[in-house]
Amino acid sequence: MIAERINKGTRKVPAWPIYILGALPPLWLIWQGFTGGLGVDPVKEMEHQMGLWGLWLLIAGLCITPLQRFAGIRLIKYRRAIGLLAFFYILLHLLIWLVLDVQIPSQIIADIYKRPYITVGMAAFVLLIPLALTSNNWSIRKLGARWRQLHKLVYVIVPLGGVHFLMLVRGFQIEPLIYLAAIAVLLALRIRLPRRKRPATTG
Amino acid sequence: MIRLTTPKFRDCDVTDEAAYLNRRQLIAGAAMGAGLGLAGPAFAAPEGLEPNSFEDITNYNNYYEFGTGKRDPAEYAHALTTEPWTVKIDGMVDKPGDYQFEDILSNAQIEERIYRLRCVEAWSMVIPWNGFTLASLLDRVGVQSGAKYVAFETATRPDEMPGLRYPVLNWPYREGLRLDEAMHPLTLIATGLYGKELPNQNGAPLRLVVPWKYGFKGIKSIVRITLQEDEPFTSWNDANAGEYGFYSNVNPNVDHPRWSQATERVIGAGLFGSRRETEMFNGYGEEVAQLYDGMDLSENF
Repeated sequence: MIAERINKGTRKVPAWPIYILGALPPLWLIWQGFTGGLGVDPVKEMEHQMGLWGLWLLIAGLCITPLQRFAGIRLIKYRRAIGLLAFFYILLHLLIWLVLDVQIPSQIIADIYKRPYITVGMAAFVLLIPLALTSNNWSIRKLGARWRQLHKLVYVIVPLGGVHFLMLVRGFQIEPLIYLAAIAVLLALRIRLPRRKRPATTG
Repeated sequence: MIRLTTPKFRDCDVTDEAAYLNRRQLIAGAAMGAGLGLAGPAFAAPEGLEPNSFEDITNYNNYYEFGTGKRDPAEYAHALTTEPWTVKIDGMVDKPGDYQFEDILSNAQIEERIYRLRCVEAWSMVIPWNGFTLASLLDRVGVQSGAKYVAFETATRPDEMPGLRYPVLNWPYREGLRLDEAMHPLTLIATGLYGKELPNQNGAPLRLVVPWKYGFKGIKSIVRITLQEDEPFTSWNDANAGEYGFYSNVNPNVDHPRWSQATERVIGAGLFGSRRETEMFNGYGEEVAQLYDGMDLSENF
């Protein structure tokens, strides 16, 4: 079985290399940005790439539980790394927007209030902060049952991220719709229908 | 092979500042020499316009027929067949017909115009176009009285344009101008840039350039020009009337519903390049503001 093989294979692979691998895309972007590899508009390219990587990782994080439930593939030990990496990419996405793209503080504040796609993106980022801050063993112990409830915020955050992307494209474009569809499916898989009670069989 | 342009300078001269200044004077001289009757320096393009590199201009394009990515046109537009090319000119004109591109060009007086292009997406670049005034073409075909608008249409070639597979817009791409805008001496049909043939990704073989309007008004690879009485269908207005008006004049005071138009990112300025303030009519207000006298530009955006 594939699932067994994956589970066996990942038994010896710790999560920490994900953080190291995760540092490569931003470093690569910075390198490319300084050496002209990002084309004519390096700022937009960095901003877009970091946002996209963040969204991909958020979606990847949503895949962990369904993979375990429906395919028996256990990747849960990588979920924290994936989630934290998503947070850092989105933080970088935001910083690039603030520092390199918009630059003007008054316009940044106006944009957050006046531009719905930015409001939505900012809301998603703000909601991610407590999740990132509590992605550690100490917080899990400390918060107990509330930790699980708090982290259900991802069910709001990821759709917001997908909507943020959809809202900023011009015209009818497929890519953000594909992500939104994937998010919808991944969330739908979590809905547990109330189990129908078996009619008592007699004789 | 027909020469598409009459370059006054070779490519190697382009970045040379002396040549650049010299050329500016030539343009001004040529424009005045053409007897267009404007007082003062003709087409006083906003001062200090430093053209973007050929590389910038040809690798950062919105031409959705080839894909929605900025680099898609550079990657895919080579498939576009531009020879032969026919432009159908019809509607309220004295001499309607199918005009060969060569025929249009051989009757045209090619000038160089250095214009800032301000995209509705809040970025800008400076482009040294080669082309002729739309007015000269319209004069040649004879605009009939009663015509109030000019409608334009881009080629639709599903075999050559991969972006047409997606309903991003209601294809074919269409644009339009009011007749007085079309006849304005700043309004150009570009057939080249930097003294070279117009690259496909920039709208070969001929495209519209209206420097005081957002870039999307500058329809590319034109196959049809129609003179008509009614306001033409325009693609972006059709896609989202709340975001894209018929006029689409550059206006820092009227925001796009999703983003501010007060400033623009300067393409080619690098990682730490700063924004610049967007100018009313993209800096061409002196020449064109009177076209809109008495109009509420926040209504007619």
